Amino acid sequence: MAAAPHASGSLATGWRSLAVPLMLPTWLVIGTFLLVPVVLMGVYSVLTKDFRGGVVWEFSLAAYDQFFVTRGLFGDEPPQIEWTYIAIFWRSIWQAALATLLCLLIGFPTAWFIATRSPRHRALWVFLITVPYWVNLLIRTVSLRFLLRDQGPLNEGLLAIGVIDAPLRIINTDVAVQLGLFYSYLPFMVLPIYAAVERYNFALSEAARDLYAGPWTTLREIVLPVVKPGIVAGCILVFVPSLGAFLAPDLLGGAKTYMIGSLIDEQFRGSMGNWPFGGAVAMILMSLVLLVLLWQARAAGRGRR
Amino acid sequence: MKKSLLATALLATTLFVSPAFADGELKIYNFFEYMPQPLLDKFTSETGVKVTMDTYESNEALLASLKAGKLGQYDVAMPGDYMVKIMADQGLLDSFKPEELSNFANIEAEWADVPFDPGRTHSIPYQWGSTAFSVNRDVYKGDIGSLAIIFDPPEELKGRINVLDSQGEVLALGSMYLGIPQCTTDRAQLKALNDMLLKAKPSWASFGSDTAKDVLVSGDAAAGMIYNGFSSKARAEGANIEYAYPKEGAVVWMDNVVLLKDAPNRENALKFMNFLLVPENAAALTNYAAYTAGVKGVEPFLDDAIKNSPENNPPASMKFDFVEACDQETQKLYDAIWLNLKK
Repeated sequence: MAAAPHASGSLATGWRSLAVPLMLPTWLVIGTFLLVPVVLMGVYSVLTKDFRGGVVWEFSLAAYDQFFVTRGLFGDEPPQIEWTYIAIFWRSIWQAALATLLCLLIGFPTAWFIATRSPRHRALWVFLITVPYWVNLLIRTVSLRFLLRDQGPLNEGLLAIGVIDAPLRIINTDVAVQLGLFYSYLPFMVLPIYAAVERYNFALSEAARDLYAGPWTTLREIVLPVVKPGIVAGCILVFVPSLGAFLAPDLLGGAKTYMIGSLIDEQFRGSMGNWPFGGAVAMILMSLVLLVLLWQARAAGRGRR
Repeated sequence: MKKSLLATALLATTLFVSPAFADGELKIYNFFEYMPQPLLDKFTSETGVKVTMDTYESNEALLASLKAGKLGQYDVAMPGDYMVKIMADQGLLDSFKPEELSNFANIEAEWADVPFDPGRTHSIPYQWGSTAFSVNRDVYKGDIGSLAIIFDPPEELKGRINVLDSQGEVLALGSMYLGIPQCTTDRAQLKALNDMLLKAKPSWASFGSDTAKDVLVSGDAAAGMIYNGFSSKARAEGANIEYAYPKEGAVVWMDNVVLLKDAPNRENALKFMNFLLVPENAAALTNYAAYTAGVKGVEPFLDDAIKNSPENNPPASMKFDFVEACDQETQKLYDAIWLNLKK
């Protein structure tokens, strides 16, 4: 009789002793493909730049200095704060924030619509949302370029039905970039919100109505607190990739101004050939993203208490 | 050591397993859309060497990926003039003796001894051409004989100009427009170049190199900096564009076949270079790429459309300059100007 608890105990211990070997593949994959590259990037960011790409193995903070401090075009003026890169970051953050807001405005009602269909139809709607995303992002962005161009279907169509007299100048503007980001990341907003709304118990809405709450009050006081985790997750899933995006700015915005992504790209593949600086910009970007995630984790922790 | 062991093992396996590889392999690293497949097939049928080719989109991307560890994986690459010098200076190139190429004498006299590779010890000519700009003649009918079309454009073209996303060519053409030397350290001249570009930028619609042809054909841009062969291809695709020969000058460039350091198949690389120096083969390449070969005796094999294209026949008075490779200190200044332009 006393054997049973002993046996189950040894079973648990057995599983526990297996934990390390079972987790090993995960740790190896995360270590090899996530930590090693990040550490490598961090190390490269504090090395000395070699002329036209590559590094010299000497410690240097020149890359971070270049990011934050300027000494004029010829490098002999008194040091001042360098606004160039901060402005590039600000522009990217602003673009990403706007894209997130747009995705939220369209994504929330969409998710709500899907979650309130019958279970069979829900699966179909979710399927339809994901279909376009089976095509590679690059191809979709290029297609958007074809759609939006001055002589593209959008302008030709609007001209034909007489809505406009001259083609709308959309391509190579920030509007096109916004459309590109919005279109690229919309499902990342819809799906988590859908998951949250699906779990929402609509009896709560009825209860609110019985207690004389209007639609607005119900939304604010009852619905939003319940689906908030989905909204936050969606916002992060849209904001973070938008921040580092460079396909949309390059292909739809005409590559006229650097975004964080294209600035980093230029350091490694372009004429600048400044690997430590590319590493430094990537590290600064990653720190910013980590700050956002930490803030979210803290906010979520507070919400639970 | 480990690497060479692995390489030997792999080589042994391929030799043993597949007799088709008996004559070995050749690994080419080339620009995008720059090599006709039939020419590679011809090389394989003549020599039995199996050819594989990867592509890159700019000289700088080639340099970056070789420095990031691809050196030793390829036998030949096709860098532009200034990049040959940079790669040679950085020790990325192997050298050969003229005697090792039986067709070496086929190189045209003007390209046999070039400043970027004195005496041609690392490279042979691949294609050469020019970089200026083309204008859609439906949109703008005025005179296009000046770089002002790009840097101080007329009203019809404002906001409809594509500029190459290439620091070397944009800054070189900008310097020509202002009549200042490349790689200058003169502060007033650099400041003038910086200010001129910043003033011109609001008139430009986009920066793009690989899209340079596409935007002219589609009508997204009414004028654009472009390579001459790309422009003639755009014209062949139906765009009513004219390639300009600006009075201030234009950029000339030559892409070359270089023998890479640590080439795994050096012998086959030399065979391939020799093959490309045969006039008929150089002509086949030229008919595809629409530029000009640096090889003697190609004329009988050239298509008339290529031979007589306005893009390949500049006026005798036209002034051309190579893009110069500046030294490290000077390059910093040009990097800063380019950053100012794109920030």
